[in-house]
Amino acid sequence: MPEGAGAVPGEGRTPATVVIRGGTVVDAHGARRADVVVSGGTFVDVSPRVEIRSGAAELDAGGCLVTPGLVDLHAHLRQPGDEEAETVETASRAAALGGFTAVVAMPNTDPPVDSAAVAHEVLDLAAGAMCHVAVAGAITVGRAGEHLAPMRELAALGVRLFTDDGTGVQDPGVMRRALEYARGLGVTLAQHCEDRSLAGGGHMHEGAWSSRLGVPGVPSEAEELMVGRDIALCRLTGGRVHFLHLSTARSVALVAAAKAEGLPVSAEVTPHHLTLTDAELAGFDPVFKVNPPLRTAADVGALRDACARGIVDAVATDHAPHPAEKKDAPLDTAAPGMLGLQTALPVTLGALGATPSGRNGHASGAPGDAREPVMDVRDVLALLSWLPAHIAGLARQQGGDQGGPIEAGAPANLCVFDPTAKWTLDEAAIASRSRNTPWLGRVLVGQVRHTLYRGDPVVVDGEARR
Amino acid sequence: MTQRRHLLSVNDLSPDEIAEVLRVSDAFVEVGHRDIPKVPALRGRTVVTVFAEQSTRTRLSFETAAKRLSADVLSFGLEGSSVKKGESLRDTVETVAALGVDAFVVRHPSAGAPAAVARWVDASVINAGDGWHEHPTQALLDCYTIRQVLAERSGQPLEKAGTECFVGLRVAVVGDVRHSRVARSVIWALAALGTEITIVAPGSLLPPSLEGWPVAAVSHDLDGVLPNVDICYLLRLQIERGTGEFLPSAREYSAGYGLSVRRAERMAEDALVMHPGPMNRGIEIADEVATLPRSVVLRQVANGVAVRMAVLFMLLGRAAESVPVPPAAMLGTVGA
Repeated sequence: MPEGAGAVPGEGRTPATVVIRGGTVVDAHGARRADVVVSGGTFVDVSPRVEIRSGAAELDAGGCLVTPGLVDLHAHLRQPGDEEAETVETASRAAALGGFTAVVAMPNTDPPVDSAAVAHEVLDLAAGAMCHVAVAGAITVGRAGEHLAPMRELAALGVRLFTDDGTGVQDPGVMRRALEYARGLGVTLAQHCEDRSLAGGGHMHEGAWSSRLGVPGVPSEAEELMVGRDIALCRLTGGRVHFLHLSTARSVALVAAAKAEGLPVSAEVTPHHLTLTDAELAGFDPVFKVNPPLRTAADVGALRDACARGIVDAVATDHAPHPAEKKDAPLDTAAPGMLGLQTALPVTLGALGATPSGRNGHASGAPGDAREPVMDVRDVLALLSWLPAHIAGLARQQGGDQGGPIEAGAPANLCVFDPTAKWTLDEAAIASRSRNTPWLGRVLVGQVRHTLYRGDPVVVDGEARR
Repeated sequence: MTQRRHLLSVNDLSPDEIAEVLRVSDAFVEVGHRDIPKVPALRGRTVVTVFAEQSTRTRLSFETAAKRLSADVLSFGLEGSSVKKGESLRDTVETVAALGVDAFVVRHPSAGAPAAVARWVDASVINAGDGWHEHPTQALLDCYTIRQVLAERSGQPLEKAGTECFVGLRVAVVGDVRHSRVARSVIWALAALGTEITIVAPGSLLPPSLEGWPVAAVSHDLDGVLPNVDICYLLRLQIERGTGEFLPSAREYSAGYGLSVRRAERMAEDALVMHPGPMNRGIEIADEVATLPRSVVLRQVANGVAVRMAVLFMLLGRAAESVPVPPAAMLGTVGA
């Protein structure tokens, strides 16, 4: 905790004024050297050299990038129903530590968010969170893929994304009606693309590794079939479709073609699909079991390439906490999913070549590292902040306060990180209630130093303030 | 295998290590012929068999092997708890490990379950069959049986037989490779020793990918392959796991891929028929073929005990010093 000029932000108390000193501001407008003064929840001054105001708390940002708070389109907060795995409170702390100032809570809770009552429950829980929690609603009642959920009622509560995530809407007729019904609500339908019949209860990518290991696999085509189907339904209905956690080369090629056609589609990828391959499953370690599964090195390369070419709109974590007893099991009975909020920034920067040492930073399974797709750090941050803010309906132009830009008068949601700092994730530093991350003990490059949520320094010097 | 703690996959073994297992097995085959077929090699050691799946021969074979080595044997069945399969596996094995166990012999319906057990306990873990993944000791006893038969035919003393006899040997592996843990062990073990392998199966029973598999050819024509093989290795059709999705009927499979009497006549006179058991007589193998002299199915079973003794001995029996074959003292008769 830095002592010195001005008061250090105290627990549960928003200081009157905070000065973020010595960093480089990066947002949709570009990069520039600037100090940032925050007061009353908004930026009051952004300029190369601001004067110390008496009573202001000062946060050091030397060598750091100062960027709009990150926005995660895809997090499983597990509340209500699976509080052993995670809660809104613990997930929001993990999010803040990871530099996020907003997360979209997936609706596959128990009960699912398919009614106003459950949406209200999550929103109530989110009131005291360390970041903004936007609630996604289910497309169908019980996520069963049959009857439409009350999207109008949920939209009136501020729900902007609808998805049956965890499963895809299997029936094309139902998906068509959902897209038609959603017209005029100002919402986006997000699809977990997985054809259940083709996926057939698989536990990893179907390919050379699954064949050798004798593990039932999920073919790439199980995803691609539904991506192709929903592009067709998008064309048919004019409804906006967001593709969740795309994992294959052909999926992003389909999205590229749909975008070239002018269809209103968007797509996200996860940090782990940008870095890890199915070869990680060689030891049957369930920490690498995710849905969609880790694919091949060629897929990883194609996803990175799609990020660099603007085909992918967002990097989203698919933060999926599971308690040890659901992961400490044989691969086929272990639950799919891994944590993501606290590691998304360094893993993504490393995968997309935006940190100087990132290409060597991630030891394992980072195929394509030799290709060096190198994106500008601003373009990587776009994928982590202002582009997903738009998809979630949280951008300023949409009435929200996320995604920047960092300018006087704007709401103060901020992530300050050191792009070259090397650190190792250890178990004690995990804020989630669960521990299922493959990055434990690995050296990561790029570390969040401070996070400001609505002007409140919720993370200072890498420590959560509450 | 001198430095190894676990046997989870045949991929863990180099060709030299496989050859070493076969050599050590020779000594234990000899033990099996004694009046009192028991040695003190693992006296004071405890071996537990944890079987989460129905099995008669493999379990009996391992337990016999451990007892003939004078190990204490515990037997743990998980069949009853298969409703919640896997969920309590960690608790189960940690509880058993707390009793003081030197080796776990694990059979489980989930691929990778023995690897999980190896992460959880300090003891040695031997994979006795996991899902569709592997069954390494089956592959080792198959290799042993082939070498034994070929050595007998050439009149060579077994202890002089190396693994040269495998080089160039043509083996057809026939049947449900997709769902076969035996195939995933035996193909890699035989290929490591220099055999030339042809997989013969209907398309729906092939693995989704054969990338990286050490096979020379894939065929859907058993009649065409049989005249050109030295060994026809038949896999069990997993009828109990349901073939409906993969095959029109067992009858149609049998018509295309079963080793009938007529088909067996297409084989070279000295070619062998092998099967890991238990056999579905009348489906993948005709009753009459199973009893032909060319069928070595019962020898496979008989050799299983000696090979598993070798594996247990090599993983557990050599404390500090590493020795290529069991010293005479360790193979002395119990009580001598």
